[in-house]
Amino acid sequence: MLLSVKALAKSYPGADGPVPVLRHVDLAMQAGETLALTGESGSGKSTILHLVGGLDTADSGEILLDGHDMTRLDDKGRAAMRRDAVGIVFQQFNLIPSLDVAANIAFQARLAGRYDPHATQDLAEALGLTAQMAKYPEQLSGGQQQRVAIARALAVRPRIILADEPTGNLDETTAEDVLDQMLALVAGTGAALMMVTHSRGLAARMERQVHLRQGTLE
Amino acid sequence: MMRTGLSALWSHWRRNPLQLFTLVAGLALATALWSGVQAVNAEARASYDAAAATLGDGQYDQLLPERGDLIAQKTFIALRRAGWLVGPVVEGRIGAPDNRVRLVGLDPLTTPSGLGPLGDAATTGLPDYLEQLPVYANAATAAKLEGLLNTPVVIDADIAPDTAITDISVAQRLLGMDVQLSRLIVAPVQPIGRPPLAEIAPDLIRRPAQGGGDVGRLTDSFHLNLTAFGLLSFAVGIFIVHGAIGLVFEQRRGMVRTLRALGMPLNRLIVLMAAELLALALLGGVVGVLLGYLIAASLLPDVAATIEGLYGAQVSGTLQLRPAWWLSGLAISVLGTGLAAAGALVGIARMPLLASAKPRAWATARGTARRLQAMGSLALLAVAGLLALAGEGLIMGFGLLGCLLIGAALLLPPVLDRVLAGAQRLATNVTAQWFWADTRQQLPGLSLALMALLLAMAANIGVSTMVSSFRLTFTGFLDQRLASELYVTTESAAQTAAFEAFVADPARETLPLLSVDTTLADLPAELYGARIGATYRENWVLLAQAPDVWTRVAEQQALIVNEQLARRAGLWVGDDLTIGTGLALPIAGIVGDYGNPIGQAIVAEPLFRDLYPEVEALSFGVRSETPQALRESLIEEFGLPAQNITDQAQIKAFSLSVFERTFTVTAALNVLTLAVAAFAIFMSLLTLATMRLPQLAPAWALGLTRRRLGQLELVRAVVLAALTALCALPLGLALAWVLLAVVNVEAFGWRLPMFLFPLDYLTLALFALVAAVIAATLPARRLARTPPSDLLKVFANER
Repeated sequence: MLLSVKALAKSYPGADGPVPVLRHVDLAMQAGETLALTGESGSGKSTILHLVGGLDTADSGEILLDGHDMTRLDDKGRAAMRRDAVGIVFQQFNLIPSLDVAANIAFQARLAGRYDPHATQDLAEALGLTAQMAKYPEQLSGGQQQRVAIARALAVRPRIILADEPTGNLDETTAEDVLDQMLALVAGTGAALMMVTHSRGLAARMERQVHLRQGTLE
Repeated sequence: MMRTGLSALWSHWRRNPLQLFTLVAGLALATALWSGVQAVNAEARASYDAAAATLGDGQYDQLLPERGDLIAQKTFIALRRAGWLVGPVVEGRIGAPDNRVRLVGLDPLTTPSGLGPLGDAATTGLPDYLEQLPVYANAATAAKLEGLLNTPVVIDADIAPDTAITDISVAQRLLGMDVQLSRLIVAPVQPIGRPPLAEIAPDLIRRPAQGGGDVGRLTDSFHLNLTAFGLLSFAVGIFIVHGAIGLVFEQRRGMVRTLRALGMPLNRLIVLMAAELLALALLGGVVGVLLGYLIAASLLPDVAATIEGLYGAQVSGTLQLRPAWWLSGLAISVLGTGLAAAGALVGIARMPLLASAKPRAWATARGTARRLQAMGSLALLAVAGLLALAGEGLIMGFGLLGCLLIGAALLLPPVLDRVLAGAQRLATNVTAQWFWADTRQQLPGLSLALMALLLAMAANIGVSTMVSSFRLTFTGFLDQRLASELYVTTESAAQTAAFEAFVADPARETLPLLSVDTTLADLPAELYGARIGATYRENWVLLAQAPDVWTRVAEQQALIVNEQLARRAGLWVGDDLTIGTGLALPIAGIVGDYGNPIGQAIVAEPLFRDLYPEVEALSFGVRSETPQALRESLIEEFGLPAQNITDQAQIKAFSLSVFERTFTVTAALNVLTLAVAAFAIFMSLLTLATMRLPQLAPAWALGLTRRRLGQLELVRAVVLAALTALCALPLGLALAWVLLAVVNVEAFGWRLPMFLFPLDYLTLALFALVAAVIAATLPARRLARTPPSDLLKVFANER
């Protein structure tokens, strides 16, 4: 078992007291599995992704990722897990604007001490970024930026990739292309993929779909 | 990981070289002005220390003649025989009139050890010394002495500037002071049971160590003034740094979030950012120290002239690289960066990982923070008011200045915000309404630069008002003091008598300049004997006086003192002042005496001649209706050399040139501070312009042309600069009042009347407006030429 989430709960402060976002969520994923998290806005999809990725902390429950309980790790421990075991793809790409494409792709792998220039080059070729390597994010289209973000996530050879609406900012055709490439590459690495999406079409391309409603899994 | 993190952080600077330049330039400018002033101060203090170390100024008790300015050598011998451990000193000036050197003669056997090269000569190489009897001086002074002496000159870098030390016998010979001494240095440890001083030498008085002659203490106020200017410049520079760092941290919020999301631990990120800032602070510091060295090197000759003019103290005109000041320059750069960045670093440390990564750069400070700022500024202004009413002392004066300036600077943004809100309410045109609203929105981003401009302008108004008031007063003072049409120097007592007889008829009045250096009210001072007549009665304006002042002085029933002596000794009209053994006279008048370092008392000529019969007047002021004719007859008929006669205009021109040079330093620092403020505005506008598109794109889309938007950017800069200039005027005048009525009195011993110079203020305001236009031109041009595609991107959410 790569990921095991048990009785996970999370609330955010609101004007009239805490607002529960996740209530007693249980979820499990195997290595290499792909999973779509769907649900309405505010249902808690992104929150699960953030908690699994160690970007946020749970109120209660347990998240076992690759044998480590994320809920018991301190800030430093969670940072180490993000760096070494998790690849994250954001809807807003979140590239580093002052680094060129090559440096952006290599960045997390360098942080984790796993930088392999050949693998990076292969990823860039596979994603059609070879001609863009010396460009800066602002010089790229949205689709190209998201490809860079995917390459960055894959270059670290993570155990799991967490993708938050990765095609939410792209047109339909580009979204299809990017997803095709991402799925092909993820399959090649053996990493698991957890993707948050509104799109039923995209969700259908995952091996498993989980729907969230008001903080609980259906 | 550290390297990767650092490379990401540094990549921001590579992509934003303008921000890097702003930050380093801000730091360099702040450090430059501060370290430049510190270098000047360090050099001056080193000169005072050298003087104290070689001449015993302020270190030891001294015996001085109660009357006259010389001690008979036999008095010294009598004291030594009676067991008094005293060392003789002979002092005078040699060399060309415009290149004088202070020659000091000491006795190596009786001078306290450690007091300069002669004190050491007694214990080390006395036989060699006695054989050669050399003169010791630093290299610059030795050059001035070339060809003047027939004794060897030994270069000693530790000797005070413009001073030469030699054996007492050599000095007596060179100065023509055979068997006479200037003063006696009293060794700190004296034998028990020696007879009292009054018994052996009743004509001598003992001046304790650390008395009024301690140049270091006397000039502290001047250096405090310079330091205050340095601090003001530093504060203006730090405004730039704070603005630049704040902007950079805001712009990097996204990067910080991404770095943390990708696994960079927060504490390591903070350490990296601190290290990055430290490196930048050191870089800015090094550049600043180099600039500071150049500033100090160019200012030092004028500072030396100022200190000599104000205090009579000599300062070396050349600058040495002293580790203390360049290290302090680097330290202040690091400290300033730390101060400017502390808030930003704490913000990053507290920022939740999932916080919005959108740059809120210089987000409008609303609500609580702005209210707190306004309350803080009012509290500081209240403290300033209390200090003005109740405080005393120079430190209080600077405390008052600090509270006033910082309080006013903090009050500026809320005041401008209220004014702009009022303008927005009054505007009827839709473009004007948008303009005022948008200007209000820009205010937080520009407030630091505007505060810097306010401080610089206020300092400029305040200091220029002080200097110009001083100039007016000084010119009036010269007119009353230099009433005589001719000034004549005679060469001997015999010639003096002949001269007085010669001019008795053609001259309206002849005024001898009779004076001795003495001690009055335990302070070093000069006593003058004045021939009271129409000139004194008609020309001298007194600051305070008793009835019939001149008549009483002429009848030897009273005396007049200068303002410095009155304030330092705590005396005023009606108080008694002792001027000789058992002779105390009431003070009948206080006279303003600007530019004179020490106290003065004026008595009637007959009384002076009774007290000091040995003193002969060799200089005279001559009143005449026909000065040119009198001059010619003095040269042709009396046979006086032409160079012994100076006319009034020459002396006035010389005095005014000394005055102007005295304030060159102040003017230079003024201009530099203003230039730094103009730079702050330029950089703020330039960096702000890069973030303006999301605010301007909607206005463009709704029908304002890019050209019009560019024009409005220019107008905005002018409006804000004009409003700041308006606020700077009352602040600058308040500053001038504090300088004239508080700081000057404490620092120099005189109070100056305050005059207003509206044309100067108008010129300064125009300068500020021109600076604002220049600063805004480049950003406005860029805006006017922004391609529509860039503006459209704002709506496409692709930025």
